[in-house]
Amino acid sequence: MSELSLDTRAVTSATAERSVPVARRTRSHWVVHTVLIAGAAVMIFPFVWQTLTAFKTFTQSVAVPPVIIPQPWVWTNFAEVFASMPFGQMFLNSVLLTIGRTVGQVALCTMAGYGFARIRFRGRNLVFVLFLSVLMVPSQLYLLPQYEIMQNLGWLNSLQALIVPGIFSAFGTFLMRQFFMSMPVELEEAARIDGANPWQTFWRVMLPLAKPGIIALVVFTVLWSWNDLLWPLVVTTDPEKMPLSVGLSQLVGLHSTNYPVLMAGALLATLPMLVTFMFLQKQFIQGIAFSGSKG
Amino acid sequence: MTDLIAQRSSAPISELDRGRVHVRVPGSRRRGRGPRQSPLWAVLFIGPTAIGLLVFYLWPTIRTFTMSFTETGPFGGSTFVGLANYVRLFQDPELVGALVNTAEYTIIALVGIPIAIAIAALLNTTGLKGRGAYRTLYFIPVVTMPAAIALVWRMIYNGDYGILNQFLHLFGIEGKSWLTDPATALVAIAIVGIWAGLGTNIVIFLAGLQGIPDTILEAADLDGAGPVRKFFSITIPLLSPSIFFVSVVSVIGALQVFDLVYMMLGKSNPAIPDTRTIVYLFYEAGFIDNQRGYAAAIAFLLLIIILVLTVIQFRLQKKWVHYE
Repeated sequence: MSELSLDTRAVTSATAERSVPVARRTRSHWVVHTVLIAGAAVMIFPFVWQTLTAFKTFTQSVAVPPVIIPQPWVWTNFAEVFASMPFGQMFLNSVLLTIGRTVGQVALCTMAGYGFARIRFRGRNLVFVLFLSVLMVPSQLYLLPQYEIMQNLGWLNSLQALIVPGIFSAFGTFLMRQFFMSMPVELEEAARIDGANPWQTFWRVMLPLAKPGIIALVVFTVLWSWNDLLWPLVVTTDPEKMPLSVGLSQLVGLHSTNYPVLMAGALLATLPMLVTFMFLQKQFIQGIAFSGSKG
Repeated sequence: MTDLIAQRSSAPISELDRGRVHVRVPGSRRRGRGPRQSPLWAVLFIGPTAIGLLVFYLWPTIRTFTMSFTETGPFGGSTFVGLANYVRLFQDPELVGALVNTAEYTIIALVGIPIAIAIAALLNTTGLKGRGAYRTLYFIPVVTMPAAIALVWRMIYNGDYGILNQFLHLFGIEGKSWLTDPATALVAIAIVGIWAGLGTNIVIFLAGLQGIPDTILEAADLDGAGPVRKFFSITIPLLSPSIFFVSVVSVIGALQVFDLVYMMLGKSNPAIPDTRTIVYLFYEAGFIDNQRGYAAAIAFLLLIIILVLTVIQFRLQKKWVHYE
């Protein structure tokens, strides 16, 4: 790079670029926008197609050449979803599963994360390494014994089975620990000098400050809980106890190629998360970016 | 806060006298180290999670390991069979297929990384309008249920009336039944995997790009570096920690792919032998064929593969990842 800096032509061209930035910028922005719009079209096309199909008749959905806009718009596919499975109950199960896991994880992971970041005790590093080892083990490895535990507890086809194992998280603990580690110690020292015990310090001083970290944790937990398939598939066989993700896989079995009904079901199952995302976009995106910066 | 002030006046002086409250000069201590507390506090904060992880994660992991040396009887119960499951595993032609398929899927999935970098770089263009809107659009698949994603793409890929084939037809290209053709099924699923995860990676790369100081790029400008040179000599090396993170996470995720394969194939798909991944094989053995011991052995093999690949990535990291 240093040899290049001696090249006067290069310096001139750099200066020239600076003197006419607006025109060049607008032109290059057009190219950038074109590429990004084409990409965005590919990203959202499946959702557009899903929505359109949900309102078609079966015949229209398999027509060649394709019928793009439903004519007329039919609503019976949605009724069909509710008729072929206890959709309302499944929806409720998904909501309860998501809330249960999220509340549980936030409570436990903030506490454990704080404990590792700020409380000194004998064997802390050893316990922390054990936590990290859980993080590295793929979920398939504990799936079978977890299933057996549920069986022995008589929890198969229950809400507890869907929620309880999911409230303990090595990932969440690690995320929160990293977050608390990055916060200034001085505040806590002030609280301690004022006579607060560790619980009071955690609850009144640190937790209110930990909002960005907690939001990141909530985003991950909500997403994973709502969309989780393998574990619910394994512990629920009764449609009344299934969450939506499993319900959808059942719908496939019932209407293997009736795409309008399948799409209506898929739309109903994804809509709550999409609406949540629309309202909390910033938090979702920051939460994900936050996890990346911790790597 | 008022409570704290109230407590200040009532703070037990006797504790100070006994030396249990350590007053030190602020900043004299390393970060993240509090005064030594009674171990009961550690139990209170960490205990619940520690017990939960022990019961539902650590112990089951050990149990899976012991289970892999047993065979499930027809009426439940299990007998010790030594290494029989592992011997069987390495003679199982389905395992070779699953390993090849998983490797293939993982390699294709990695193509998502340069795509995500390119889009993040475009989004990072100075003064670009509508960045937020683009980011939202690219992110939508991330928040969508994999089961629903699989259903939509099944319809798009359909050989007879799928919209993909009808689109290709406009260009005179003869389509095929992408998901039932053993030659294309895995690639078709991997493309959906890339599409579904792109948003996450873009967001991570964009955060990384925004962390690169303008001054460095301006200095390169002055040195006469063109946009391409700047991208490869400055942006990519400075982004390498993010690239490393995404590639480690992507490889681990791709090795464990299940939802998409399970939902996109259906039960009687002729392409199953050519798309069955390791976790699919595990699911079949453990929950359909009810061969727990064998499934446990498959899960252990997966753990070893993940560990080896992750260790290799961490070793290679020294060669190409630049930390400031």
